[in-house]
Amino acid sequence: MTVKLVVGLDGTETGDRALAFAKDLASKIDASELIAIYVIEWSPFTFQTADENAKRHLRREEEIDLATSRIVEPAVAALRSAGFNARGIVRHGDVAETLDKLTVENGGSQIIVGRASADGFTKRMFGSSTQNLVMHASVPVTVVG
Amino acid sequence: MKTTSVFGLTTALAAAAASPLAAQDAVGIDEKVNQVFADLTGPFVSLIFAPFPGTSFPWIVMWLVIAATVFTLYFGFVQFRFFKHAIQLVKGDYSDPNDAGEVSHFQALATALSGTVGLGNIAGVAVAVGIGGPGATFWMILAGLLGMASKFTECTLGVKYRNEYDDGTVSGGPMYYISKGFSELGLPGGKILAVVFSVFCILGALGGGNMFQANQAHAQISGIVGDYPGWITGIIFAAVVFAVIVGGIKSIANVTEKVVPFMGILYVGAALVILIVNYDQIGWAFGQIFAGAFTGLGVAGGMVGALIQGFKRAAFSNEAGVGSAAIAHSAVRTKEPITEGFVSLLEPLIDTVVICTMTALVIVISQQMIINPETGNYMLNEAGTAIATVDGNSGVALTSAAFASGISWFPYVLAIAVVLFAFSTMISWSYYGLKAWTYLFGESKTSELVFKVIFCIFIVIGAAASLGPVIDFSDAAIFAMAVVNIFCLYFLMKLVKTELSSYAARLDSGEIKKFTH
Repeated sequence: MTVKLVVGLDGTETGDRALAFAKDLASKIDASELIAIYVIEWSPFTFQTADENAKRHLRREEEIDLATSRIVEPAVAALRSAGFNARGIVRHGDVAETLDKLTVENGGSQIIVGRASADGFTKRMFGSSTQNLVMHASVPVTVVG
Repeated sequence: MKTTSVFGLTTALAAAAASPLAAQDAVGIDEKVNQVFADLTGPFVSLIFAPFPGTSFPWIVMWLVIAATVFTLYFGFVQFRFFKHAIQLVKGDYSDPNDAGEVSHFQALATALSGTVGLGNIAGVAVAVGIGGPGATFWMILAGLLGMASKFTECTLGVKYRNEYDDGTVSGGPMYYISKGFSELGLPGGKILAVVFSVFCILGALGGGNMFQANQAHAQISGIVGDYPGWITGIIFAAVVFAVIVGGIKSIANVTEKVVPFMGILYVGAALVILIVNYDQIGWAFGQIFAGAFTGLGVAGGMVGALIQGFKRAAFSNEAGVGSAAIAHSAVRTKEPITEGFVSLLEPLIDTVVICTMTALVIVISQQMIINPETGNYMLNEAGTAIATVDGNSGVALTSAAFASGISWFPYVLAIAVVLFAFSTMISWSYYGLKAWTYLFGESKTSELVFKVIFCIFIVIGAAASLGPVIDFSDAAIFAMAVVNIFCLYFLMKLVKTELSSYAARLDSGEIKKFTH
């Protein structure tokens, strides 16, 4: 059976470290698949102007294109060229919640993420996405420092 | 909508004109402009706000209330049958996770609400209760509940017939559903009616959605910091609005869009606190509302007076049938246009049934309106036109005094709220006006810029001058939108019925399912 490992990317160095750890782990498993996921932070309960709403679909497409071409595709390409079975997903939503949901949907057995990259104030007020993920995830989570 | 009574405004202007100060200004440019506009637009304004013969009941209010009643009956009390479903849609229970990142039902609702919640809920209710007594609240609630069906009808059509462009942007509203819907039904005149609607929409946006707001914002600010020239407020507002709608400075819009809901919540929260503290009087207040609804409790015009004021304020506050909400709601991303109709019916509920009722309860409980201890009826002021109040307050000042009786510092918060509400209304109406403008003149960047610059110029004019006839005309233009819109909705409502039947059947059969979140 193929073991599916989910890697949460965030476009920073910590995400790269999570990716490196996942590669290391996958290389020790006979049949594995690496799923690289980038979640664009978004909430359906924010307030926008009518003009922003009218252009939202366009912006969404731009955001997905950007995240795919800059972050996910290079990561997946690098994994494949290193001989790994890999694919990528880009989705809008709450980072921790969406990462967990996509993992469950895709049959992932573990999530690997980098440690928090939120700044001090935000982290103290709301907790980081990593903290939220660790507390609410449906599968084991590995946090790479 | 954030307007106070045009009738009240006209009365105030007439009073001002009679003062020695106004006499000195009579030769001023403002006065000349007023006169020219009054002569040109007077007949139109009189026509729109004309009362039924022998009554003081404006026919336009009856036009809106009859439409709301017809839609309520035609769609089998859709506002009650699908209320729970509307809440589920706003919560996102039926939103496809693959569409995450698109405009949600909640966002479309919040955007539309930011254009309607405001001065109408604060000043308008005080006018209604001040003239029509507590009983006006009962009729206001009834009109709000009926208005939910009007919103449902227009917003469903707004999404169904919007234009979706190749670049992913959308444009929608009555002008689109009138022209496309009429053509689909093989009816003539759709394009002409759409053009007439657009013209009224542009005029309404520049007037009620702009000049009146700037004017009221200046009145609030000068009320706190002291009198100073209105053009200063106008220039500042115009610069900020320009930065948002032309410069695309999102940070200002973002701050406003976050602060305005917060102010709305603060307002409702303050009202709740006052009601909780005076919980023992809530039963009495509702007693006054019900008794006043059918007896008038001594107000001018009795029961009919209460009914007129309640209906008028509700119609002016929630804009149901005007068509503006259809423009705001049309941006939502959904495969089922009718879902946005369900969501939009919450708008009059929040605006009129909840927020307006809160204001009315606070005013009644604060006992700012004087009751004759012998008869138990309200006492009228010297002129016999409104209920006598403790400090002679009316309009927003009455609301302010009522809140101050419970929370002494609240008038300052209220003043800030009024200014912010005025700003958010301007941003909303700049968009409504723009959509009507681009419908007439095309969606080019130049065409858009021309309208935006005109819009900003009108802010300065609105804040600087007391152009009563201009504002009266602009308010009349907003309600003229309702004349065209509702006329067309009567023809188009069968299209909504088809959508409703199909959706309801699929919902019942389980074909339309909740997504597990």
